Amino acid sequence: MRRKPWLTALQGAVVPLLLLALWQAASSAGLANAKIMPSPVAVAVRWWAYLAPADPYDPAVGSYLTWIFSGELIHDAIGSLYRVVMGFLVGAVLALPLGLLMGASTKAFRWLNPLVEVLRPIPPIAYIPLSILWFGLGNPPAIFLISLGAFFPVLVNTIAGVRQVDGIYLRAARNLGAGPLTIFRRVMLPAATPYILSGVRIGIGTAFIVVIVSEMIAVNNGLGFRILEAREYFWSDKIIAGMFTIGLLGLAIDSGVTRINTHLLRWHRGLEH
Amino acid sequence: MADILIDHVHKRFPIPEGEVVALKDINLDIAQGEFVCLLGPSGCGKSTLLNAIAGFSNPTDGTITVGGKAVTGPGPDRGMVFQEYALFPWMTVAKNIRFGLEIKGMANDAADARVTELLDMLGMREFANRFPKDLSGGMRQRVAIARVLALDSPVLLMDEPFGALDALTRRSLQDELLKIWSRLGKTIVFVTHSIEEAIYLADRIIVLTYRPGTVKSDVRVEMARPRDAASPEFNALKRELSRLVTEEQQRHEAAERAGLTTD
Ligand SMILES: Nc1ncnc2c1ncn2[C@@H]1O[C@H](COP(=O)(O)OP(=O)(O)OP(=O)(O)O)[C@@H](O)[C@H]1O
Ligand SMILES: [Mg+2]
Repeated sequence: MRRKPWLTALQGAVVPLLLLALWQAASSAGLANAKIMPSPVAVAVRWWAYLAPADPYDPAVGSYLTWIFSGELIHDAIGSLYRVVMGFLVGAVLALPLGLLMGASTKAFRWLNPLVEVLRPIPPIAYIPLSILWFGLGNPPAIFLISLGAFFPVLVNTIAGVRQVDGIYLRAARNLGAGPLTIFRRVMLPAATPYILSGVRIGIGTAFIVVIVSEMIAVNNGLGFRILEAREYFWSDKIIAGMFTIGLLGLAIDSGVTRINTHLLRWHRGLEH
Repeated sequence: MADILIDHVHKRFPIPEGEVVALKDINLDIAQGEFVCLLGPSGCGKSTLLNAIAGFSNPTDGTITVGGKAVTGPGPDRGMVFQEYALFPWMTVAKNIRFGLEIKGMANDAADARVTELLDMLGMREFANRFPKDLSGGMRQRVAIARVLALDSPVLLMDEPFGALDALTRRSLQDELLKIWSRLGKTIVFVTHSIEEAIYLADRIIVLTYRPGTVKSDVRVEMARPRDAASPEFNALKRELSRLVTEEQQRHEAAERAGLTTD
């Protein structure tokens, strides 16, 4: 018998709700210092204030829709998302052709792989000082760091993806009269997509980590900036509200990517998740 | 009229301990429209010979001519069907069949019509938009056959195409292949381990020796089709071929015991 989806959802909600209730009870009983560990209700109230528009609706200023989305949280989330997307695109657009080249050509691999192996273990975070020296503050250093975070996972997976293409597909394609370009475009590239997409997923995950860190250091908006700013005012409720927002945004991005992957890989036999 | 001419073909593979002589002085003359089976134990060079005809790996010595042209590389004039199907898993059934037509530069409508015709011929119309992972082994091999038939190649090369199928599916594909062959008049070179399959299908059975691969026996099968595996003639031939193949199988096992191979 198939389980009903709402039943699964309900079951999944039990533990988080229980923990929330416990947390609230502890706070109400005065077990925690509210300055450093606010109650869930306080967090929710603060979250709403962070999300809601600051000023009352005024048609003279703009449309209703712009007003609805004028809250600080929305601005921060859009800022972070923008940096993730831009940084990821820059990193992936550079990594993909390079990975295809290194995967397809042993020569290119021999020339370039040692460099890749040396640079790859340097965490993007270690580039922070240099990125500020090079790009100053604001979006440019953040996007630089994020693109670095996305670059290597996409590169390494693309190389592996192209290299593992089963020779039998290449033989079948050659037998059907395909030339090198057709083979590359219509056989090697699609055969490598499962690997490439798993690289994309890891790359976006890394990009999301790096965006938070880079906002704490180089940018003055975004979710990462906001929770660090809140600490200076001792707004622990806002810190936690910001953290939950980061978690939800990350979850949304990952499930979006997973959906796209599932669609692109609907032909694939060993599809996980 | 010779369609495939194999002329003093040798194939040696370099290995750390020296070399493996996979094929030694093979001479064969295959007529147009002939159905030939290559038979022999594992490691006797059946795939090596087929791959040489397909143009995947050139002989060390000797030449292969197909349709009057020397073979220098793979091409759509010699359609290959692999045991592992080798369908492109990211393409639907229809797209797999269409692939070769697109490479040929066939116009869209003509290609669509051709794909439909082939799907009908192999009874797979309702599978057109499925992906290979959703098909049974027998269906996959049908698609692989349709894919090479699409090219209209005069020669079909088949490397143990039905080796992974269960007995019933195997028989139905054998019958289908015979139907296609008699209708389209292709020249077929078919590799198999199975003596019974060879007798059921072939006009002519070539038995190869184990290392070096040479032609041990070249047998014509004169029985009318469809052939009855229970008939005395069938069984007489089966006994005869069994004896030949078993000799080679024993040489293979002896080599294995001597540690000369892991085939
Ligand atoms: N690339 C290679 N390098 C070294 N030896 C090889 C290579 N390819 C084939 N051989 C050897 O050549 C011989 C013939 O191999 P081949 O694959 O043609 O045999 P086969 O008759 O097709 O066997 P099977 O029935 O197992 O498919 C074998 O002994 C094999 O070990
Ligand atoms: Mg073989």
